[in-house]
Formats: sequence, C-alpha cells, structure tokens
Amino acid sequence: MLRDITLGQYYQTDSVIHRLDPRVKLGGTLLYIISLFFFSNPLGYLAAAVFLGIVIKLSRVPFRFMVRGMRAILFLMLITVVFNLFLTPGREIVSFWKLTITVEGVWTAVTIAVRLAMLIIGSSIMTLTTTPNNLTDGMEKMLRPLRVFKVPVHEVAMMMSIALRFIPLLMEETDKIMKAQIARGADFESGNIIKRAKALVPLLVPLFVSAFRRANDLAMAMESRCYRGGEGRTKMKPLVYQRRDRVAYLCLALYLAVSITVGRLVWLWI
Amino acid sequence: MSIILDHVNYIYGQDTPLAVAALRDVCLQIPDGQFVGIIGHTGSGKSTLAQHLNGLLRATSGHIYFDGEDIYGKDYDMKKLRSRVGLVFQYPEHQLFEVDVFSDVCFGPKNLGLERREVELRAYEALRKVGLPDELFYQSPFDLSGGQKRRAAIAGVLAMKPEVLILDEPTAGLDPRGRDEILRQIKKLQTESGMTIFLVSHSMEDVAEYVDRIIVMNRGSVLFDDVPGEVFRHYKELEDVGLAAPQVTYILHLLKERGLDVDVDATTIGEAAETVLHALGR
Repeated sequence: MLRDITLGQYYQTDSVIHRLDPRVKLGGTLLYIISLFFFSNPLGYLAAAVFLGIVIKLSRVPFRFMVRGMRAILFLMLITVVFNLFLTPGREIVSFWKLTITVEGVWTAVTIAVRLAMLIIGSSIMTLTTTPNNLTDGMEKMLRPLRVFKVPVHEVAMMMSIALRFIPLLMEETDKIMKAQIARGADFESGNIIKRAKALVPLLVPLFVSAFRRANDLAMAMESRCYRGGEGRTKMKPLVYQRRDRVAYLCLALYLAVSITVGRLVWLWI
Repeated sequence: MSIILDHVNYIYGQDTPLAVAALRDVCLQIPDGQFVGIIGHTGSGKSTLAQHLNGLLRATSGHIYFDGEDIYGKDYDMKKLRSRVGLVFQYPEHQLFEVDVFSDVCFGPKNLGLERREVELRAYEALRKVGLPDELFYQSPFDLSGGQKRRAAIAGVLAMKPEVLILDEPTAGLDPRGRDEILRQIKKLQTESGMTIFLVSHSMEDVAEYVDRIIVMNRGSVLFDDVPGEVFRHYKELEDVGLAAPQVTYILHLLKERGLDVDVDATTIGEAAETVLHALGR
C-alpha cells in the first residue's frame, strides 16, 4: 500500500557512488541542481544529461526506481508545463479560443519539464545511494561552521536522523493498524471526501498514540545512555575524505566547467 | 464450513531486491470447530499465514477456499469474509481509538451495517465474554491496564461474531497469570460457541494444553501438522528450527531413557503426572 514511495528511499547495493563520502554527494547534488538553472541553451542540458547518465550507470541503481519516484510529482510537472505552454507571451504558433501557444512558451515548457525531471532524478540518486544516517552525518559536518552563529547544528541533524529513522517504522505501524481496522470492517477506500476523512480517525488516533509512546521510550533510552547533546560527542565512524572523494570532486568541477561553458557561452555564436 | 489452503505461496516485496518468500507451498485443511495452534520461530511465516486466512494478504499463487468458495474468486465479498473470519493482531491494544471501551467495541459491528440495538447488544455480549468488568465499559481505553486493554481489543473482534477467530500472539507481553486467563477464556469460547480458533504463537508451552492440532511453520513451509503429542515426538527437530517442546516432554523422555515406562506423548503437566504415577504403580 505505502511501499510505492521511492522518493527519499535507500537502495541497497555496492557501488562507487554508494561508497562516496556523503559530503561529496550532498555538495555534488547541490551544485548539479544549481547548474541546471544556469543553462540558456539545449547543449547545457545535454551535458547535464550525459553526466547524470554516467552517475546513474555508476550507482548501479535500476533506472526504473528513480522513475517510480517521479510519479509523485508528475501532476505538479504537468501543471507547470501547461501553464508555461499557454501563458508565455511571444511569437504565436497556434491560437484557439483564449489560448495561444508561442515559440517562447514551448521553449520554457520543455525546459522546465526537463529541468524538473533532471532535478528530481539527480536528488533521488543522492538519497538512493546514501543511508539516511550517513546523509545527516554529512550534513552535520558540512554545516558545522554555522555553529558560530549559534545554529544548533548537531541537534538539527539528530532530529533529522531520528525523523528519517522513524519513517519506515511509522509506515509499518500505519500498515499494521490499517490492516487491523480493515479486519474490523473499516473501509478506507470508498465514500466521499468527508466520509473518507472520518474513516481515518481509527487509523490516526492509534498512530499518534504509538508515535508519542515511541518518542517517550526513545528519549528515555537516550537519556539512560547519557546523551546530552553534541558537546564533546565523538563519532564511531568519523567522516574522512578518501582518494575517491577527491577524484569525485575533480569530476564535479570538470562537469561544472564544461556544462556551464557549453550551456551559456556557445549560445552566443549560433 | 471448512478452510482449505491449496498450494499457497506468498512473496514479500516482489520485484524488489528484498523479495522474500514468506509462504512456500502451504497446503492445509481445517475442519469446523477445531482449535489449531500455529507455531513457528520469528519470521517463519506464521503471521503471514494468519493474514491470508481473512484475505488481508493475497497469495502470490495458490487458492484459499472458505466454506467451499474460492476467496480470490471474482465476485467474492471480502468484507463479508472479514466479518466471518475475525483476526486479532499482535498487540491488539494498539488499535484502540475510541473515547470509551464500549464505543470501541462497537466499531466492528457498526461497520457491518447493523442497527444500533444489535450493535450495542453484541458489544455488551463480547465484553462479557472476555471477562471485562462492567465498571470499565465507559472508561477511556487508554486508562486500562495492559491485560484489560487486550481483552477490550479482543472483544472488539468478537463483537463481529466471527465463525473463525485468529489470534496472533494473544499472550505476548502479558504476565503468566494474564496469559493463563486469556488462554482459558479462548478455550472456553471454542468449547461453548464451537468457533474455529487459530492461535498463533512461538511458545509450545502456551498452546500445548489447549489446542487440538499443531501446525509447525519453518521458513514459510509447514514442517509438522499433527496432534500435539505426535508433534512433540519430534522434539529434536523442533530444536533445530529454534523451537522447543514443553518441558514435560523432555522430562518424560529422560525418564523413559532411564527405564521408567512412561507415556512420552503426555503434553500437559497433569497428564505427565498421571503417567509417571501410573509407571510407578501408584
């Protein structure tokens, strides 16, 4: 029922990408996303697509997994494309009723669709190849400088890793409670919106109760192991850059240089 | 009204790298009114099997016949099946949600579309059957003790008046007294109302005293399926799959090895005491 959500899920396998330092992947994804907004011609997107293709190949995660994650945002994508297609002023191609399609409209619609698709796939590669724990570890280390400005970096990272850790648990719990209520004749699938919302009460009340109970237990367990925040806390597996991480940074820099060159500059000549 | 499982297979997470066969070629026939114990180690597929019996999980292949009808048939009414086969999940107290115990028990029969009087009558009856005292009926279910919560939750399923009752580890997390009380009440339900009862458990000790038949699950397939005495004869094989026969079985086998002529098929402490006394000629 709820297992179809792949956005933010980890895909277990062994690959170069999986073994990279999470900081590389975080930084890389961020730079990749930014680069997508720099291009002003198709060549840039081509470069980004080639780069993405290579990373997907290296990650050894089946492509259909990433596409499955896109289903969730398909609707959003459709709306954006439609709006851009019809509402961009410019040179007219066809016009019917009050709607006109312009050359510029087609161009923006296509760019936005491609941009969104590549953005989602790019960031899903990061979550598919990095365990949530690693991810928050990387984030904590990257954001550490912010402590100067009194940002509670460790606490935020801890909260995030707990939240991520609890998603599958709560999903399992939801599944269980749902089944238990279905066994008692509950119906979650038919009726109008109000009826369906009401039908969720037998699911949500036990779910919240159990979430609070778990939170309470976890707090107790953490306290009894002397957890008192990030001050002076050491890591069992500290993040250290390896050779492959340096190589990855180099590749990233190369990609940025190439894609931005072709994506912004080549346009001027045509 | 019997249940027949015909070569049932179930695979969790099919088409993912984590696919696991949870049931492998399970064939069973359960006649009316039997008290069946389903025993297995964690992950042996016993809970998965239980969820197939009321159609919550759909077999990857194979058929299940309830009362002679294929439950995967095109026009089969799953909702009706779920009212006839009641399933009490592990830690059922986690599904309580209403403001008071009585309304919570009413939830099941209300979903069946019965009229109010009938719903309340059934709820009252069910609460009496599980032995919950009257003064608790209008308390919040969250204020009850662990054992009371569990009774209330079991009553919630009983109120639907199922013909088959499946209980998944109904004694998990209860103290020995609470455990014995619940098991005794379940046995009473079976003898008084003639319900078919499935008791899913990982402990032989729990079920040996009450059930007519034991189905031992291991890695998704049926390892043994027989009356308790016969199953416990294989106590060495049971150990290999992470289970154990009741303690009396071990004692009786030891006594027999040392030359005392006892009946090793005795499954309860009472029976064991009898056969030992008999062997000693008293």
